[in-house]
Amino acid sequence: MIMSKGRKVYQVCINIIMILVTLCMILPLLLLFMSSITDESTLIVNGYSFFPAKFSLGAYAYIMQNASTIFRAYGITIVVTVVGTTLSLLLASLTAFPLSLRALPGRRVLSFIVFFTMLFSGGLVPSYIMWTTVFNIRNTIFAYIFPNFLLGAFNIILLRTFFTTSIPVDIYEAAEIDGATYMRIYWQIVLPLGKPILVTVGLFTGLTYWNDWTNGLYYINKSDMLSIQALLNRMIQDIQALLANSTANSGALMQIPQVSIRMAIAFVAIMPILIVYPFLQKYFASGIMLGAVKG
Amino acid sequence: MNLTKKKGFARFKQFIPLYLMLIPGFTYLIINNYIPMAGIVVAFKQYNVNDGLFLSPWNGLANFEYLFGSEDTLIIIRNTLLYNVAFIIVNNVVGIALAIFINDVIHQRLKKLYQSAILLPFLISIVVVSYIVFALLSQENGMMNNSILPLFGLDPVKWYNDPTWWPLILVITNCWKGVGYGTLIYIAAIAGIDLSFYEAAELDGASKWQQITQITLPCLIPSIITLLIMSIGRIFASDFGLFYQVPQNSGALFSVTQTIDTYVYRALMAAGGIGRSSAAGVFQSVVGFTLVMLSNWIVRKVSEENAIF
Repeated sequence: MIMSKGRKVYQVCINIIMILVTLCMILPLLLLFMSSITDESTLIVNGYSFFPAKFSLGAYAYIMQNASTIFRAYGITIVVTVVGTTLSLLLASLTAFPLSLRALPGRRVLSFIVFFTMLFSGGLVPSYIMWTTVFNIRNTIFAYIFPNFLLGAFNIILLRTFFTTSIPVDIYEAAEIDGATYMRIYWQIVLPLGKPILVTVGLFTGLTYWNDWTNGLYYINKSDMLSIQALLNRMIQDIQALLANSTANSGALMQIPQVSIRMAIAFVAIMPILIVYPFLQKYFASGIMLGAVKG
Repeated sequence: MNLTKKKGFARFKQFIPLYLMLIPGFTYLIINNYIPMAGIVVAFKQYNVNDGLFLSPWNGLANFEYLFGSEDTLIIIRNTLLYNVAFIIVNNVVGIALAIFINDVIHQRLKKLYQSAILLPFLISIVVVSYIVFALLSQENGMMNNSILPLFGLDPVKWYNDPTWWPLILVITNCWKGVGYGTLIYIAAIAGIDLSFYEAAELDGASKWQQITQITLPCLIPSIITLLIMSIGRIFASDFGLFYQVPQNSGALFSVTQTIDTYVYRALMAAGGIGRSSAAGVFQSVVGFTLVMLSNWIVRKVSEENAIF
């Protein structure tokens, strides 16, 4: 490809700008990682930095020694993410399939009932009161799964649109002639053919569950029920507690090797995302486009 | 489907399995969404745990009078609105610029790398983001106070006690975390522009800058307007995580970090705060609903195909 001189200069410029932007996006994560492998006393003297004077895996060793808290939190997050995402996909597809059939009487009204939940919300207070007093989900694993995230109108609409536009009606008719029930059509035709959209929606739902800390904040106060994000959130509050009594506790603050461990746990929390992201990047990107187009 | 031929109840009967399939999802929506909607009556009540959400005694507009009688309320509404305006402007301007750059990168491998990198912060939980901000700004151990400020001979700043810089910090953090989302949408919009426009411009000797201002930006205007109006519909909502986690719940910063969502949560957790918390929540829901309806109505007028309903 032949490029004029102006073209070449432009290419060099935008690549320089984009490399700087890329660094801005990645370096903060690198800082998190470097802080987690910096020696505790170096951190206290020099602060967090990209080029620590002394490395140490002490933080990770501490995590392994005190594995029970962190592994339990990690386990809770994994269970919540897997169960929540699976249930969510089942519920959303089970709701979207009937609504995708033009012949269904009352389809418009039912779709509106789904859609209206995107327009108006009762807010935190009534749902907090309901979940804690009627359903008593406080300090149970359900507190992470049920409130807010299990089924969103937006996901139902995305699936419904995909089913309507991408699955030919002929297939349903052929299945009906063969005597298939609706349940069987859903299970053997809709779910397999809906795989691309189910993967995309599932990925975002999984991300939501993995990253959520709000349900832990609202509904969990027992320390052995904390998810990894809720645990991270709790550790910030502990800093505040220590800062509030800094005159009384400053000695204790120095002794506890907390400065690097915080960063190590934060890094452990995002590690699965960093590992999975390169392989699933196109689904994340296509999911965002879908949201924008059909939003 | 071959369903419409039957008449009357026979026609209805064949759909029963389909309605049954709707039951689990609708049950959840009723519990998770519709009961709390009905529950907004709590804002007009003197709530107590024994009588519950619907049976507590009414107290009229007392909760709202209390809410709007307080000086904080004005600050909270101001913060919510101003931050949203700043976020909309900064994220869209940066997002469009990055989308144009990335779209023009010829080297395919680099182009992919840039796209992946800008979306990465979008995937990270706000709690972890607050840890990264802490690594930069911590009074004792932060990189700013220990490495960067001394480089320029500046004195350390007590970041978490000094509100001065927080509007800037929050705008930058929000842009860092969220700009990839908008950029991807604008990349898609740019990909939809007819290439022959650029070819013709090239023949006429238009510079790159002229192509951007005369072709790309005008072609993006419909998507920009739609995204803008949609974000105006959400201008009364704020990202709870950003305003609660990133300033680390520091009371000294409330004057510039308290928004409606953080207020609702903090009031709910405070003793006797449930009245003003629910009043603020209802105020936010009602104004938010009105703004969404209004903005959608405007989108309908501007470009009907972009309206959400």
